Amino acid sequence: MSIASLAIRRLFTAVPTLFIIITAAFFMMRAAPGGPFDSERALLPEIEANIKAAYDLDKPLVDQYFIYLKRVVRGDFGPSYKFKDFTVNELIATGFPTSLKLGGAAIILALALGVSLGTAAALRQNSLTDHVVMTAAMTGIAVPNFVMAPLMALIFGIYLKVLPVAGWEEGTIKDMVLPVIALTLPYTAYIARLTRGSMIEVLHTNYVRTARAKGLPERRIILRHALPAAILPVVSFLGPATAGIITGSVVIEQIFQAPGIGRYFVQGALNRDYTLVMGVVIFYAALIMLFNLIVDLVYALLDPRVRYK
Amino acid sequence: MSETILKVEDLKVYFPVRAGGGWGAKTLPLKAVDGVSFSLHRGETLGIVGESGCGKSTLGRAILRLIDPTAGQVVWLGEDLASLSNTAMRRKRRQMQIIFQDPLASLDPRLTIGEIIAEPLRELEPSLSRAERRVRVEDAMARVGLLPQMINRYPHEFSGGQCQRIGIARAIVVRPALIICDEPVSALDVSVQAQVVNLLMDLQRDLGLSLLFISHDLSVVRHICHRVLVLYLGCVMELASSRALFDRPRHPYTQALISAVPIPDPEVTHRPILLEGDLPSPLAPPSGCVFRTRCRYATDKCAQTRPALEDADAGGHQVSCHHWKEIAS
Repeated sequence: MSIASLAIRRLFTAVPTLFIIITAAFFMMRAAPGGPFDSERALLPEIEANIKAAYDLDKPLVDQYFIYLKRVVRGDFGPSYKFKDFTVNELIATGFPTSLKLGGAAIILALALGVSLGTAAALRQNSLTDHVVMTAAMTGIAVPNFVMAPLMALIFGIYLKVLPVAGWEEGTIKDMVLPVIALTLPYTAYIARLTRGSMIEVLHTNYVRTARAKGLPERRIILRHALPAAILPVVSFLGPATAGIITGSVVIEQIFQAPGIGRYFVQGALNRDYTLVMGVVIFYAALIMLFNLIVDLVYALLDPRVRYK
Repeated sequence: MSETILKVEDLKVYFPVRAGGGWGAKTLPLKAVDGVSFSLHRGETLGIVGESGCGKSTLGRAILRLIDPTAGQVVWLGEDLASLSNTAMRRKRRQMQIIFQDPLASLDPRLTIGEIIAEPLRELEPSLSRAERRVRVEDAMARVGLLPQMINRYPHEFSGGQCQRIGIARAIVVRPALIICDEPVSALDVSVQAQVVNLLMDLQRDLGLSLLFISHDLSVVRHICHRVLVLYLGCVMELASSRALFDRPRHPYTQALISAVPIPDPEVTHRPILLEGDLPSPLAPPSGCVFRTRCRYATDKCAQTRPALEDADAGGHQVSCHHWKEIAS
């Protein structure tokens, strides 16, 4: 079976999966107490009835579900309940480029740095390099980004005054540096650990021993024989990780005032902004499936035994 | 006798092993190879036999510096390999190659067999053009009985015997003078074993190769080897021509090994010499003669001094035993 037919088959199985996700998210959201128009001050009953009628919220739940489904099929996520005058499509379309830019830069950086550091640590197992890299990685994983981000803003923004503390003027490089670093650190650390572990294993395989016996230089042994095998767990991790990182991080976007879509997940859920939450959930689920498909395709490239037959 | 191409002198390979657990654990040397000496002639096949764990494979790898020897010399055509830089040693691999035990696992699953076989040429003979390289690869494949149309297939599409042929093609493609065969057939079916052994014998004759044939299978060794070296706990017990060793083994260990080979004839009453006890730990080998704990002829002398490898006859039969003269074979 060719790679193209794998992709097509995956797209077909994606439809029922998305349907289940939409259904589950829809009813779970509605099961949560409260509604989008509840506030401290009670609205006049007539006004509340009017608003609910405008958004079809007065109809039975099952009817609302089918109305929503019909819209989604047409690619319309509906109006946001809280961001008045904006549709969910518009909110995602304006916020996603920012999240994609930050997350994309962060994941590429994490991949390059993590794989290099992990390989270096594996090649010098139990040496000083290894211990330093692994301790730094443990720290990177353990320190949450809501600690790391303000700390970096404090050091580079306030003490050294080399980078803006926060802000987003059309997303210049200067604005991106701190949020990208804060985003990339835990991913770099995790990828370094993954790479080190699998690289140590691969370096002990018989075919790496064969490569040595053949008289190949160390560089070629690592790049041609060891790395393609050692990188497989990293590739699996990258699928969901990429989908997660490019849909934004609420913490990073709040701290650095970057207008991404990460905050919509939390804000939407707290405000009971049903359509917004549904929109970002469906968007995120579709991205996850897309990146998992890409992972499988890359797997096939990296391992001839997995050329989907 | 023809020219000596390889001379191994008092080779020792010790691995540091942590004995016991906890913080205060001491490192002890595991004596995998402990003072082995022999020489190999051009076009000769020398068998290295012994039980598993006796250091056969370690010896083979230490000769090629795939494992660094702890002490001793490996002299290749008059040159001490230990004195070479890593790069110089890498270039020497053009002259000495190795075939491994597990044929499939020894091939990179991500490369086609054409790439696998061409790779040593690419690094060790960089002056070759693409076309010349292709000719050499196809020639090597033809010599081991692989069809030219298999060149773009991946290792997992081949059987164990075919994988070992790929391994052999990869080894001969650089036209080496020595190939170390590290249990090359022990992972294969008996019928395939015979094919691969015969292939190795043909190649040796056609290409004038020297082989170091590491095996625990005495029947195969007897079939293919000119001379045989018997290893026990990293030490040489006996070294003799294949015929002399099998017809008249001098060392009690060799006698036990040979008597343990099954005879494929139900009429023959066969009473093997049974060795008592287990193989001692190479972390704490017995004093004196390493074999004495399982030897029925052992005396006090055996516990005190380690026997030297001495000539038993004028034909190059060497044995390492204090009592070989008294032991009738």
